Amino acid sequence: MTTDVIEQDSHDEHHVEHKMTGIKRWLYTTNHKDIGTLYLWFSFIMFLTGGAMAMVIRAELFQPGLQLVEPDFFNQLTTVHGLIMVFGAIMPAFTGFANWMIPMMIGAPDMALPRMNNWSFWILPFAFIILLSTFFMDSGAPNFGWTFYAPLSTTYSNGSTAFFVFAIHIMGISSIMGAINIVVTIMNLRAPGMTYMKMPLFVWTFFITAYLLIAVMPVLAGLVTMLLTDTYFGTSFFNAAGGGDPVMFQHIFWFFGHPEVYIMILPAFGIVSTTIPTFSRKRLFGYSSMVYATSSIALLSFIVWAHHMFTTGMPLFGELFFMYCTMLIAVPTGVKVFNWVATMWRGSLSFETPMLFSIAFVILFTIGGFSGLMLAMTPVDFQYHDTYFVVAHFHYVLVTGSLFSIYAGAYYWLPKWTGHMYNDTLSKWHFWCSLISVNLLFFPMHFLGLAGMPRRIPDYALQFADFNKWVSIGGFAFGLSQLIFLVVVIKCIRGGEKAPAKPWEGAVGLEWTVASPAPYHTFSTPPSQKDIDNI
Amino acid sequence: MTNKAYESYYVPSHSHWPIIGAVALFMIAFGAGNFVTDLANKESGYGGYLLLAGIALVIYMLVGWFSDVINESLTGKYSHQMDNSFRQGMSWFIFSEVMFFAAFFGALLYLRVFSVPWLGGAGNNVATGAVLWPDFIATWPLIKTPDGTTTTAMGWFGLPLINTVLLLTSSVTAHFAHNALIKNNRSALKKWLGLTILLGLAFIFFQIQEYAHGYSEEMRLFLDSGVYGNTFYLLTGFHGMHVTLGCIMLIIMWFRVLKGHFTPDNHFAFQAASWYWHFVDVVWLMLFVFVYIL
Repeated sequence: MTTDVIEQDSHDEHHVEHKMTGIKRWLYTTNHKDIGTLYLWFSFIMFLTGGAMAMVIRAELFQPGLQLVEPDFFNQLTTVHGLIMVFGAIMPAFTGFANWMIPMMIGAPDMALPRMNNWSFWILPFAFIILLSTFFMDSGAPNFGWTFYAPLSTTYSNGSTAFFVFAIHIMGISSIMGAINIVVTIMNLRAPGMTYMKMPLFVWTFFITAYLLIAVMPVLAGLVTMLLTDTYFGTSFFNAAGGGDPVMFQHIFWFFGHPEVYIMILPAFGIVSTTIPTFSRKRLFGYSSMVYATSSIALLSFIVWAHHMFTTGMPLFGELFFMYCTMLIAVPTGVKVFNWVATMWRGSLSFETPMLFSIAFVILFTIGGFSGLMLAMTPVDFQYHDTYFVVAHFHYVLVTGSLFSIYAGAYYWLPKWTGHMYNDTLSKWHFWCSLISVNLLFFPMHFLGLAGMPRRIPDYALQFADFNKWVSIGGFAFGLSQLIFLVVVIKCIRGGEKAPAKPWEGAVGLEWTVASPAPYHTFSTPPSQKDIDNI
Repeated sequence: MTNKAYESYYVPSHSHWPIIGAVALFMIAFGAGNFVTDLANKESGYGGYLLLAGIALVIYMLVGWFSDVINESLTGKYSHQMDNSFRQGMSWFIFSEVMFFAAFFGALLYLRVFSVPWLGGAGNNVATGAVLWPDFIATWPLIKTPDGTTTTAMGWFGLPLINTVLLLTSSVTAHFAHNALIKNNRSALKKWLGLTILLGLAFIFFQIQEYAHGYSEEMRLFLDSGVYGNTFYLLTGFHGMHVTLGCIMLIIMWFRVLKGHFTPDNHFAFQAASWYWHFVDVVWLMLFVFVYIL
């Protein structure tokens, strides 16, 4: 990405080591910026791969009947689409941001454990090679949905489950090492004077996210291990005949799975909490309440898991407990939305592309939050469960939520990463095309779900045809719009208007005190106290 | 720039070990996937060899990576801050291990408290019991599963109790070894560390004996003997793997002590191995209570 960066670190007099060239630079690197770049490119490639699968899914669903793919292959596509988007696109993109920005934001020379950082990244491409290779096996790819509920993934699974299990295992190793690195960097490498409550909120959200990762990824590893032994070695964890219970699978899965969805949204909160103050030219409203709200969301995420399982069968007390705890999450989330709006209130706003994506995030994520609140109500969920309403809900929080924040962050820091301003016209095209098509894509899904269309089916009853046609058109348009982003990024790397050290008038933070593009090594000696006090 | 002296933080310029490690993990995961699949289809393939090659490559990587780190440490490249990074990294790694075991303990408690009683008709599940397996009686240890597989429960007296004593003692001797290191008493260090390793090896030996006993015709306690056998072997098996790993770490520390490594105020690797050892000890205590006694 930035192969021709020259050493220009004004903070650093004695650092003369030169980086390697060619492919070796990327394979052997210990530099947080290189590794961040790798993560970001990898996640974008995975995003396009998973997106291509979504295109096939939407093409099949364009009209009723089976046209393009067999139902079994359709199931494989929905499964791998979900797995790729969660583990291959959103999570690595956020880890890429963490790698690039956290050391610069806290005035650290690099990540705390630079070699392990490289290892964390390079495991990922191999994990996804294993996962994707199952498409070319006789058995086909995993076909049990990204939630891999037993007994679909045990008794009724096809022959590729072992590959799925081991791919998840090494993805988990990668995530845990990445998270440990983030936690240690933040705890140990903050510049003198950078107290916890002075850290940018961006750093806080990644800090909390990393804790969630360390706590739940091992549980996922334990779960897939039980799945493996149930499928291949005759154990009965999820089989009533041997004393087990398939519902136990869902409990353990969602004990991992619910914190996991916050792992994919808390960093998004951090990004928009950075961009909105910049383009409102105001300080973030209620910084400390944001820190506490993020922490409470993280804590609550451990006691709400069974709201994914209201229809599975649970004692009444359980249903009520998980319903009320889930609704409780609306409180800290409401605090956040309020604070973002209050930050914009009477600010002197300007609407650069990062700000556009951030505002869209606040509105559309809130829609996803509201549908989440509807799903949280047990009796109502009995109707919504496993319908397109759920699909609409989690795509609003993951696409217009997480993904839009990733775009906001990418546009915001592209000048710092590449040294050039992005093409403003094209980026606006990207935003408006995405905004319109994404709503055409996901909004009608609410109606489809309320009308009773189940999720994960290749064919549907005739009365759903009209909405599905529009959803598919929206899907193709959204997919194509993302190629604009690719063009913008490539153009931005190759040239464009030279970016100053601080291209945004209202921006604060240590990352803007270094040149654009950021020198290969930053803060080998700590930033000045004045710079820290300015945050 | 800053008014106080700043120790520079060592960032290695590049390293080829991580990519070797990534390739090794790929070989392990892909090899294991093929191995397990072939096993299920009763075919023979290259999976097992790929898996073994991957493990060999991981060992090569670890040896190389750690020798780099040891050399950097001995040549004084590390600051106090770097030591803190290692310590915090190790602590959070152990926390992740705790959560890994938590998944299995959680499964054990769920099975005992919910699923087995429910299968026997507890709560509002009378119909389930009557329709599916009317003869099933919910007990723990579950020596007769709903579909009629029978087995024997492993008692806590005998080998498990001996093993508990061995492992608890080894935790104490590991602590004595650490104290000796802090007091720079090298001969006591060697003695206590050596004793810890011997106790650990004895634990592994007895654990294998116990497994052989479980798999004997007399007990017929197998991995697939219903959820009692499942949880028994997975929990003690993963614990045993961790004890083995901890033992290997301690043995490496032993050789490093013989080579004269570690000083009273600079011995992170020893500390990490010792923390890990205490961790496997605590896990065993939980195991002894929840798997064997209760």
